Amino acid sequence: MSTSTPPIDFTPSPGAAPPLRRVLAQTDLELRLLLRNGEQLLLTLVIPVILLVGFGTVPLLDLGSGSRVDFLAPGVLALATMSTAFTGQAIGTGFERSYGVLKRLGATPLSRPGLLAAKTLAVLAVQVLQAAVICAVALALGWSPEGGPGGALSAALLMVLATAAFSSLALLMAGTLRAEATLAAANLVYVVLLGLGGVVFPVDRFPAALLSLVEALPITALSTGLRTVLADGAALPLGPVLVLLAWAAVGTVLAGRFFRWE
Amino acid sequence: MDTPAVEVTDLVKRYGDVTAVAGLSFTAARGAVTALLGPNGAGKTSTIEICEGFRRADAGRVRVLGLDPVRDSRALKPRVGVMPQSGGVPTGVRAGEWLRLMAALHARPVPPEALLERLGLSAVERTPFRRLSGGQQQRLSLAAAVIGRPELVFLDEPTAGLDPQARMATWELIGDLRAAGVGVVLTTHYMEEAERLSDHVVIIDHGRVVADGPTSDLTRGGQELRFRTRTGLDVSALAAALPAGCAVAEHGAGHYTVTCADPAGPSPGLVATVTTWCAAHDVIPEDLRVHRRTLEDVFLELTGRDLRN
Repeated sequence: MSTSTPPIDFTPSPGAAPPLRRVLAQTDLELRLLLRNGEQLLLTLVIPVILLVGFGTVPLLDLGSGSRVDFLAPGVLALATMSTAFTGQAIGTGFERSYGVLKRLGATPLSRPGLLAAKTLAVLAVQVLQAAVICAVALALGWSPEGGPGGALSAALLMVLATAAFSSLALLMAGTLRAEATLAAANLVYVVLLGLGGVVFPVDRFPAALLSLVEALPITALSTGLRTVLADGAALPLGPVLVLLAWAAVGTVLAGRFFRWE
Repeated sequence: MDTPAVEVTDLVKRYGDVTAVAGLSFTAARGAVTALLGPNGAGKTSTIEICEGFRRADAGRVRVLGLDPVRDSRALKPRVGVMPQSGGVPTGVRAGEWLRLMAALHARPVPPEALLERLGLSAVERTPFRRLSGGQQQRLSLAAAVIGRPELVFLDEPTAGLDPQARMATWELIGDLRAAGVGVVLTTHYMEEAERLSDHVVIIDHGRVVADGPTSDLTRGGQELRFRTRTGLDVSALAAALPAGCAVAEHGAGHYTVTCADPAGPSPGLVATVTTWCAAHDVIPEDLRVHRRTLEDVFLELTGRDLRN
């Protein structure tokens, strides 16, 4: 096994790679794993596109006045943001924790902040890919977003805020529950928020008492915020921004407090 | 550079009511192989994980390369390689990808391809971790621990469950690390492994050190003469014929041992005396041999013969 191979110089010469190289190497690996994982791709791309095409072309639902795809595209963008930043990340990180991967990486020069930075960069990269695919499909279905470049910028800002909120909640779940419990809970949350959060069903059909509760959900804040900007062409709405900021703050504080690396 | 690779003093670690490590002390030299040997549940992994900075000690003092593993973890991480007992690798990652990541985290790594070839992993370079055999997973973990050219590596049961070829490859690699001046601290419950690989053995039982010393010192002395013949030999008559300080005992049916206090072990004269006595009593000593004490004997003497789980 080793007799024919040339000798290797193991003379100690320790040293950490520069921080940026470490984070980019880890980001590269995270992205490879995300893009290779069939279940993750189902969650991040296939389901959002099916919802967009399905509900966008077949009048199964009464979506109110206006173009179906103009209503759906912002909701599906919100769903895609949640599926990557929350569902996928919670499940992936939960299993990495239970397999001792987080612990093992913690023993390398990567450092924990470096690992979190790499995970965040990988999530953002996947979201750029998702947004490109979803926007392309929506435009092909006749989507005409309002708001121009300012609207696009506002939409991007909402998605980044939502990513912060969803990621911190994902890490809170992955860092405190068993991996199997995280898998079940993250999928349950995904389905419930898909139904409640204004993704494909308009939230104004809910009774008033439920509505205020639903509007406090991060997914609803994102979908209604995106709709305000992209469908109505209005300015960045303050309410959804505050809701997302609040979730991000609570999630970050709790994750920082309760996250367990093993 | 005068500080030892590892210095553990009066270490205590408790999990609830269970005391896993109960006042353990040892020193591991730089550039040498130190084996922590003990039965399952002896406290080996707890000790090594505290040295790695993964766990905090409840009491005692631990220094790794002269630094505190928790407080100085940032400074230690590039200098120390770690091989966990199992896992630690994402299930979907390919063997080559994982090693290239580990290389990219260090400034002057060993080339990943050379290490893959050396450990017989080139053929599975593109195989996901979950599809590797147990032995291949172990070797990938070992490769990841050494790729950053560390000064010191902690290997937690590096050969558990390996087939003979893979075990030999691992032993050779550990030998190369030692030759290159890398300190190695490993845990094992294989006596043969500790005896073959290590300069220094620390035997641990119930969270305490029960023996600690250079491997050759631990197995020195205590040689005995063994033979087998019919049962019921008059052992006191044989003992009376032997020099003072020698004892004879029958273990099981017809298995006899002659032990002497002389630290040099049985002398040629002793062998002659025993065989002469046997000849005079019409006894044929079958399987007569001078048994050199092995680490296994030391280990069993110290930790007892009770089964552990």
